[in-house]
This record gives sequence, C-alpha cells and structure tokens, in this order.
Amino acid sequence: MSSTFDIVAKVISETSDVPIENIKPDAHAIDDLGIDSLDFLDIVFALDKKFGIKIPLEQWTQEVNQGKANVEDYFVLKNLCARIDELVAAKSA
Amino acid sequence: MRLEYFELLDRVEEIDLDGGTIRIACTLPERSTIFEGHFPGFPILPGVLMLEIMNQSAGYMLYRRFKRERFVFLGGVKRAKFRRMVKPGEKLDVRAKITHDGSGFFIAETSLRAGGDSAADAEIILIVQDFPSPEAKAALARSTDFLEAAPAVTA
Repeated sequence: MSSTFDIVAKVISETSDVPIENIKPDAHAIDDLGIDSLDFLDIVFALDKKFGIKIPLEQWTQEVNQGKANVEDYFVLKNLCARIDELVAAKSA
Repeated sequence: MRLEYFELLDRVEEIDLDGGTIRIACTLPERSTIFEGHFPGFPILPGVLMLEIMNQSAGYMLYRRFKRERFVFLGGVKRAKFRRMVKPGEKLDVRAKITHDGSGFFIAETSLRAGGDSAADAEIILIVQDFPSPEAKAALARSTDFLEAAPAVTA
C-alpha cells in the first residue's frame, strides 16, 4: 500500500509540471516546487477525492494570515501529509 | 439578459441548494453590440460568453447557498466544449451541478442547451471568498434579486 507521501507526490506530479523525482518530503509546495494557488486547488481537489476527506484550505489560510500557524505547517509536504493522515484518522474515528 | 453588462441570467427555473443543482432560463437579445462585432454579418454568441452563462448559473446557486453573504467567481476551466453556434434571440436552458464541495472552492459540471440541442458543456472551478467590499455585495444583491421572481418568458 502506498504511503500518504507517495500518493501526494504522484498527485502533485500529475497535476503540475513538477517531475516526481524533485518532490521530496521536505519540499515546500510553493517556495520549492513553484506551485501557485490555482494549481494547489487542483491538487487539493485530487487529494480530497483520493482520501475521501475535505482538506480545510480556507481554515489553514485563515490561520496563516492571522499568525496562528506557519505556512510551513501546511505547505511543507511532510507536514501536509501529517495533516492528511489526521483528517483521514478523524474521518474513520 | 443584458449582454453588454454581463447580466446574463433571466430566471431561475429550479434550484436545489442542498443537492447543488440549478436550472436557469435565459433568452439572448436580438441585437447587441457584441453581435455586431462577433461577427460582422454573422452574429453568434461568443464561446466565452456561453462559458460565462454557465459559470454565472453555478455561481448563483452557490451564492444562494451561502445566503448571499459570499462572493463566488470563476477560478478555472478544467474542460469546455462548444458544440453548436448560438444565435441572437435563442432561448437557452442552462444547468449546473456541484460535483465536488471543497474548502473555499467547488467543482461544477455545467451545460447549455439551445433549441433542444446541446450547445456547450464545461467543468469549472468556482472560488468562494468574502466580498471585496460592502458596495460589491449590495450591487450583486440588487442585480440578481429578480431572478427567482421573474415571470416565465413566452415564445
């Protein structure tokens, strides 16, 4: 079974022009991979469907804008994968 | 419909806020400066305006779902096909269905029929945000408040 990171990396490479070999757990989706906000929506759409969750992008953006969270908490891929795992766990709880 | 002002919807025929569907009726004007330019001597509705009619239909359903409190706009077009030319005076039957309910964005399947024919269909991304200003919010409320009360258009 693929890990969350493998699935996320595959989705990013299929949705954007980033080669899969460049997608690492420590990569920042925006700063390192150059994914813009609209491409990120496509990625979130695909991840929502793959994992059967609703990634709370609005809430995350609000938390970052209000200084309650760092951009890295959500947009560094290993952290994004951890958030996805939490959402999947919460859904099946 | 006021084509030049992008007021493209005439009447809500059906709306299901929970189900995420809407059906809109509208009739193209016989004359418009847009038809004078697209194309001289051969007036047809530009494909981008077919797309905008479908976008506004889906967007209106979401705007109503959010109790007219949030601003909905086109974020992207995942696919669009224009299958038939649409001429001045034609009546349009527009449908939209939300297929994915994201956080701050939605995916909708939309279609536009003219004279019983499929004229266009598209899968679009709609983004939902707070209104940029109270004036924009009030203006949109004013320009759409007739949609669910407009009388049926007869041939």
